[in-house]
Amino acid sequence: MDVSNTHLLDEAVVTTTIDAVINWGREASLWPFVFGTACCAIEFMSTAASRYDISRFGAEVLRFSPRHADLLVVAGTISYKQAPILKQIYDQMPEPKWVIAVGACASTGGFYDNYTTLQGIDEIVPVDVYVAGCPPRPEAIIDAILDIQRQLKREKCFEVRNTEFKGKLDDA
Amino acid sequence: MPNTAIVIESSELLQTITHAKNSLGFTLLLDITAIDNLNKTHPSSTRFELVYILRHADFKETLIYKVAVADETVGVQSISSLFSSADWAEREVYDQYGINFINHPMLKRVLNHMQFEGHPLRKDYEITKGQYCTNAQDLMDEMKPLLKKRNLDLNKGDLMVVNLGPSHPASHGTIRTLVALEGETIVAAATEIGYLHRGFEKSCENHNYNQIIPYTDRLNYCSAVMNNIAFAKTVEDMMDITLPERGIYIRIIVGELSRVIDHLVCLAAGLLDMGGQTNYWYLYNPRDNAYDFLSKLTGARLTNSYMRIGGMTHDLYDGWEADLRDVLTKIDFGITESLKMIAHNRIFNDRLQNISVVSAKQAIDYCFTGPNLRASGVAYDLRFAKPYYGYETFDFDMVIGSVGDTYDRMMVRFDEMNESLKIIRQAIKRIPDGEINVNDKRIIMPAKSSVYGGIEGMMNHFMLVIEGVKVPKGEYYGAFEAANGELGFYIVSDGSGTPYKVKVRPPSFYHIAAYPKIIENYQVADAILTLGSLNIIAGEMDR
Ligand code: SF4
Repeated sequence: MDVSNTHLLDEAVVTTTIDAVINWGREASLWPFVFGTACCAIEFMSTAASRYDISRFGAEVLRFSPRHADLLVVAGTISYKQAPILKQIYDQMPEPKWVIAVGACASTGGFYDNYTTLQGIDEIVPVDVYVAGCPPRPEAIIDAILDIQRQLKREKCFEVRNTEFKGKLDDA
Repeated sequence: MPNTAIVIESSELLQTITHAKNSLGFTLLLDITAIDNLNKTHPSSTRFELVYILRHADFKETLIYKVAVADETVGVQSISSLFSSADWAEREVYDQYGINFINHPMLKRVLNHMQFEGHPLRKDYEITKGQYCTNAQDLMDEMKPLLKKRNLDLNKGDLMVVNLGPSHPASHGTIRTLVALEGETIVAAATEIGYLHRGFEKSCENHNYNQIIPYTDRLNYCSAVMNNIAFAKTVEDMMDITLPERGIYIRIIVGELSRVIDHLVCLAAGLLDMGGQTNYWYLYNPRDNAYDFLSKLTGARLTNSYMRIGGMTHDLYDGWEADLRDVLTKIDFGITESLKMIAHNRIFNDRLQNISVVSAKQAIDYCFTGPNLRASGVAYDLRFAKPYYGYETFDFDMVIGSVGDTYDRMMVRFDEMNESLKIIRQAIKRIPDGEINVNDKRIIMPAKSSVYGGIEGMMNHFMLVIEGVKVPKGEYYGAFEAANGELGFYIVSDGSGTPYKVKVRPPSFYHIAAYPKIIENYQVADAILTLGSLNIIAGEMDR
């Protein structure tokens, strides 16, 4: 068959890149692992409940096993005691994976500038989107998910991200 | 009006407290804490003092003992043989202050991690000095003696040790329980907390009283306003001031509303854990309606920071009544629909009844308070035992369980919501007009017009911001019936605008201490529901 005659195939074929196809699929099927520890996690519950309903954005399949998830949502204060657990969860997630820091605490330690609170999870794991608020409203959490979706569309789908990242707990 | 503590010698501590318990009837050990006198302006005999807070079996009288600790490395006698609740309370004092307790069964850290060095609540520990933790502890130091006591051997038979949490959907992200299983049955368990320890008490020591209010929001974040009220009320009691009637009514209304929200979240999540997802929607959605009301009123959905010492930020808005009534109707609907699905549901009843039974005697020994204690059949509610804010003038009932199982703990909460709705409806009818804040410019910020319009107002504003509300010298324990039980604040003031020390008496801390004991002999799936029914809120448990 002479494929140079595009007319023959009509609309049965579209040409695109592998990246575009795979990312298109990934975008609407993010599986979040919610690492919820504190007040922010309560607002995440609202995000998942019917009024805000994150399933509208394809991210409602909440997983509690890191092996099943590709989006780590850290909602709440992370203490130094919690930090190695968070790192372990992150390490257990298969590539590709993205991380959202929900709220002031996860992003910077928030107003807990003290002996027990990690001053931002980016000290130990790489973060893709930070959400401001204490706690952020559910709309802001949804916005962060949309941000991840926009971001991942521009990525190479087979590339492992964040190979350069070195966190405070990495050589331990 | 500070309450007076009885000072006793450390040598007679055990004897005195035994006497208080057995002869005087002080059967509830509410809390133990310590004071570090290092920076104190007045001289004191020793650097550390211990504070024991007890409550009488009639639930009215509070007794406070103070003990000077001559040498913290030697410490004092442990009272954990007298009260189960003393076990973890003493561990916390050891962790935070480094005071030893002689004959304690297992004195080790409880809030801070195992690699932590030093004792953070000592005055010479710098607040921002964080310490990285690289490893979790294996908890076998607690598990092994438990197994030995039960004549079990890890290497023989089908015994299996499994870790539940802290990253586990039903453990709220912050509670870790190591369980030894024989098949599906838990034969021994050890719980570890502290994953959400965020230094509330230390932070209090370098913020003034009104700056602490936002921190209190985050103790029990499911009923944030209630924590605001409890803290503000304690400080007001220390200063001997009372709010005008309207202010009190507003506190009752928003306080009871947050009790309802707290219970809604507890039940919604608990039922979700057992697979009753429809209940989650019915119970959780009216909560969002309540948040709409709160955000219209306070500007925030969850962390409201609505209260101030001596009152609150502003009055109710125009049209609040219609909004609130609408919320109440929706809550009513959610409760009714949810109960329709579960009240006569065989699965619900079979899975909850006679699970993790806590008898009245045990509950008191563990120092349970709030709905968890009432579920065990103990009629104790501060709104009845020691009414404040005129609760005695409202028509509502105390809800009490009979068995003390998971079922009772959940059903008590269902009924308590109805009682709170009753209170709110009466309060809406009765709320008077008038002022909401105390009329005292040393406490309440002046109106903006006078701050911008005159030097006196500006100075007044300036002083309140820089120095804060000054609280008379003294020590005080204030208790409040919060959603989860008795929320107490033990405050030491040196007369300045910043507290010398604040200790929270968190209900959840004592509930979780009992958890590993009450899940024994039940199955893993039961333990998950037990945890849900205790409504452990990590923010107040770990502080
Ligand atoms: S950011 Fe605020 S709301 Fe979120 S966990 Fe921290 S203190 Fe709580």
